[in-house]
Amino acid sequence: MSKKVASSQSIPFWRDIRVLRVVSQILFLIVIAAGIWWLLNNLQTNLKACGLKISFGFLKNTAGFPISEGLRYDPTDVNGYAFWVGIVNTIRVAVIGIVLATVIGVVVGVARLSSNWLVKKLAGIYVEVIRNIPLLVQLFFWYFAVMLTALPMVKNSISLPGSIYLTRRGVYMPWATVTESFSTWIFYVIGGLALAIIVYVLRRMQLKRTERPGFPIIWATTVLILTLVAGWFITPGNPLALSVPVLGRFNFEGGLWLSTSFTALLIGLSVYTGAFIAEIVRAGITAVSKGQTEAAKAIGLKNMLILRLVILPQALRVIIPPLASQYLNLTKNSSLAILIGYYDLMNVGTTIFNQTGRAVEMILLIMASYLTMSLLTSLLMNYYNRRMKLVER
Amino acid sequence: MRDNRQIVHIIKEQLRPPSERIPVIRWLKQNLFNSWFNAILTIVSTVLIVIAVFGLLRWALGARWEVIPTNLKLLLVGTYPAEHLWRVWATVYLVSFLLGFSSGSHGGLMRRVSTVVASVSVLLAILPFPWGTRGWLLGIAVVAAVGFGLGHLSKGIRRCKRLEIAAWLLSFPISLVLLNGMEGILPVIKGRTTWGFMLNLIGAVVGIGLSFPIGVLLALGRRSELPAIRWVCTAYIEIIRGVPLISLLFMASIMLQLLLPANVRPDLLIRAMMTITAFSAAYMAENVRGGLQAIPRGQYEAASAVGLNKALATILIILPQALRLVIPAIVGQFIALFMDTTLFGFIAILELLNITRSIMGNIEWRGTIFELYVFIGIAFWILCYSMSYVSRRIEKTLGVGER
Amino acid sequence: MSVTSDEGIIIYRDVHKWYGDFHVLRGITFTMQKGEVIVICGPSGSGKSTCIRTINRLEEHQRGQIIVDGVELTNDLRNIETIRREVGIVFQQFNLFPHLSVLQNVALAPFWVLKMKKSKADEVAMQLLERVGIPEQAEKYPGQLSGGQQQRVAIARALAMSPKIMLFDEPTSALDPEMIKEVLDVMKNLARSGMTMIVVTHEMGFAREVADRIIFFDYGQLVEENTPEEFFHNPQHERTKLFLSQILDY
Repeated sequence: MSKKVASSQSIPFWRDIRVLRVVSQILFLIVIAAGIWWLLNNLQTNLKACGLKISFGFLKNTAGFPISEGLRYDPTDVNGYAFWVGIVNTIRVAVIGIVLATVIGVVVGVARLSSNWLVKKLAGIYVEVIRNIPLLVQLFFWYFAVMLTALPMVKNSISLPGSIYLTRRGVYMPWATVTESFSTWIFYVIGGLALAIIVYVLRRMQLKRTERPGFPIIWATTVLILTLVAGWFITPGNPLALSVPVLGRFNFEGGLWLSTSFTALLIGLSVYTGAFIAEIVRAGITAVSKGQTEAAKAIGLKNMLILRLVILPQALRVIIPPLASQYLNLTKNSSLAILIGYYDLMNVGTTIFNQTGRAVEMILLIMASYLTMSLLTSLLMNYYNRRMKLVER
Repeated sequence: MRDNRQIVHIIKEQLRPPSERIPVIRWLKQNLFNSWFNAILTIVSTVLIVIAVFGLLRWALGARWEVIPTNLKLLLVGTYPAEHLWRVWATVYLVSFLLGFSSGSHGGLMRRVSTVVASVSVLLAILPFPWGTRGWLLGIAVVAAVGFGLGHLSKGIRRCKRLEIAAWLLSFPISLVLLNGMEGILPVIKGRTTWGFMLNLIGAVVGIGLSFPIGVLLALGRRSELPAIRWVCTAYIEIIRGVPLISLLFMASIMLQLLLPANVRPDLLIRAMMTITAFSAAYMAENVRGGLQAIPRGQYEAASAVGLNKALATILIILPQALRLVIPAIVGQFIALFMDTTLFGFIAILELLNITRSIMGNIEWRGTIFELYVFIGIAFWILCYSMSYVSRRIEKTLGVGER
Repeated sequence: MSVTSDEGIIIYRDVHKWYGDFHVLRGITFTMQKGEVIVICGPSGSGKSTCIRTINRLEEHQRGQIIVDGVELTNDLRNIETIRREVGIVFQQFNLFPHLSVLQNVALAPFWVLKMKKSKADEVAMQLLERVGIPEQAEKYPGQLSGGQQQRVAIARALAMSPKIMLFDEPTSALDPEMIKEVLDVMKNLARSGMTMIVVTHEMGFAREVADRIIFFDYGQLVEENTPEEFFHNPQHERTKLFLSQILDY
């Protein structure tokens, strides 16, 4: 007996897996869309009851509140500019924090691998203590306990060598200010950069032509430094002047002022993130197996070269992705500034909300700012990852 | 003619190695002074340590430590009414009992944890607490021991294992009902946004517990072949992970009621819980996704080849393997979440950190700021460090990374 | 175009498959009768694994017809499920479920898919474990077994669904040499008991002993198809001769 075979012409649609795929997605989207529509509907009704409408026009209104540090700003500026000042403040603390945290992290991470038992233990204690105490507790400690309580008033400030003063109002330190001759010197800077790039490219071509090893970056950097120094001496006067804080009647004049909240935030964030970076660095270095160093030594490479050519490239591959996410965490954690009075974008954003009642718009702006920073970091990291991917079969 | 045969006698006894005692001097030389650089480091570090330790001791001896025991109830349970405190103890007893039970029937890591809990409670009972409290504290050890005994007895009885899991799962809502009260069963306690440290614990447990199923669904969705589901899940995960928790809390306190119908007004604590759940779900999803990615493709193929449909294959084959790989990461996330609950203060919830600030506002306790923060720091540190220690032991027991 | 099942239990007609731009199966056609044992061999990358994986829809073919026991393999969900139930497969990497015991691995599908009672499913599983020679390992976990034992469990697991056809995708390639024999013995017994089998392998001794037909693949095409004696002693195609000279040297 022969059986009739199911032919491919008429698959009932409820069993056709292509149809099922499309239908289930459509159903899913409908559910999600319905949910979003319900939320937005509520939003509209509630806003109408308050008499508000979603618009960003309020950004052009006068802000009316002070921001104690950051770009030049006063309360007669508009809301939009105030928010921008907040963003710049966030970037300021984030960038400096990232640099400091990286330095701390690398030092502590390497220290954890030291052959000196004491140093190794100390670094270990640092990491284990910092990682297990909430960041906010640490920030409050630095802000309330250290800066506001332990440090003295301006009159009795603690002074460190080099004209650095620690007070309850903040940190005062010498800083460079721009003088008239700066605009002339800038040309030397630009010229030096251009020259350095040319030298770099030429040297690289030369090395390629003669097929010799070398690091053209060394030549380029030397040229840059020489040009900068030469320019400094050639321009009349000094392009940058040192401004030293001097105790006036009520306060310090001159120099750079780092506010209490900024300093506390910076130290807290750097110390905290530094502990995590230390672990990442340690993991990265130990990820490069001992065999690599042994093989490199066996073929005669010297220590410095081994580090640059064998260990660092492999270690960096392991280190960079989690490092990038730590940088991102630091940037997001900077939002805690609002709890210690630093005018970052979160703080300014909520202040604008308090003044204007514009909840939805400000939420969108705040989240969009952070999302942009996250997205940029992700993109950079993905780009780096793709370039560095170990080529495998 | 040379006889090249070699007769090898196999010596069964082993010779003892040369004496291994490293005299202290030699150890010092090897580890602290083995080079000029290291010697300098050692000397400098020792000096710094000595200065720091002495300074710390001097401060500690002159500090006003009485601020902590006087305010202990406030710190731990906030303004929870004193006559209802038995409910907090009941919850603690419930957990200790289950802990003891599980350690009795499983042994191993559980046993160590419950031993620590029991001994800590006994040690605390020695401290100068009021006698009532001491009784309660000792009760913890007693309850845990009882649980242990019962657990040991029930070893091997198959049905008890299911009961145990059910008990743990049920303890979750039961504790909430106990602490909060419910219409008709227990009087509801008002003002639950001022419960101090208890709020940190509840927040973390609720956060992890509720975000777990959501996170698993999101992770599965992110790996779905259907693009619509994949994009929606990925969008949710990436957006939540790209913004700080405090901005979400801000959204919860200000904007959430705009998104809900006018008659639905969840109170502050519920909103905080919702936020932290939504926040944690995104991170949980990424952790679970890591586990899913570690499952070799052959498992999916074998499951479908044997006839399991997608759902069965996921539940029976893929998820059990993936989740086991992910447990250490989940514990890590719990620790991080626990530390993040300190941010609740931003929306006027008086958890531990925020309540501390109100204590400092009290004129009587002016200037005890260092004592309080050191106490909080140590408290959090002990808890978090123990949890991460447990997580590392779990990792070792599960043999994760050995496959 | 419908086809009667009298023509064979597997009808594979002009099947093409592409991976992106790569044309991996280029018009494969063959038919298989019930109870036959076919061995497919060829250099790596020739498409032999892909070919058998299309039979139970682990890979999807873009052109051509695949008809298994009278049911055509299309986008019809019911057809796919019917075919999957009748075709068992043994993988090169075993793919046992590591979190389940050996017995649970074998009894899983009968319990959940065939809806057998638990005791019945366990009984069936034990019988199969005995058939493949390792009943004493029932309560152990895959990680505790040797490669050869794991593969035999995999065979038992596939047999638990009472398939009409068994596919073997290089079943011994991941095994240490001393374990290959135990697996091949099980497969030989299976063949002798009348199971319809397609085996992708490099084990030419097995092929000579057990196969009814040998199919040679190269570059996605079916180059030669013959009985074992003819295949080994009288290869027709140049490529076949080259291949045989490369593998039969040792």
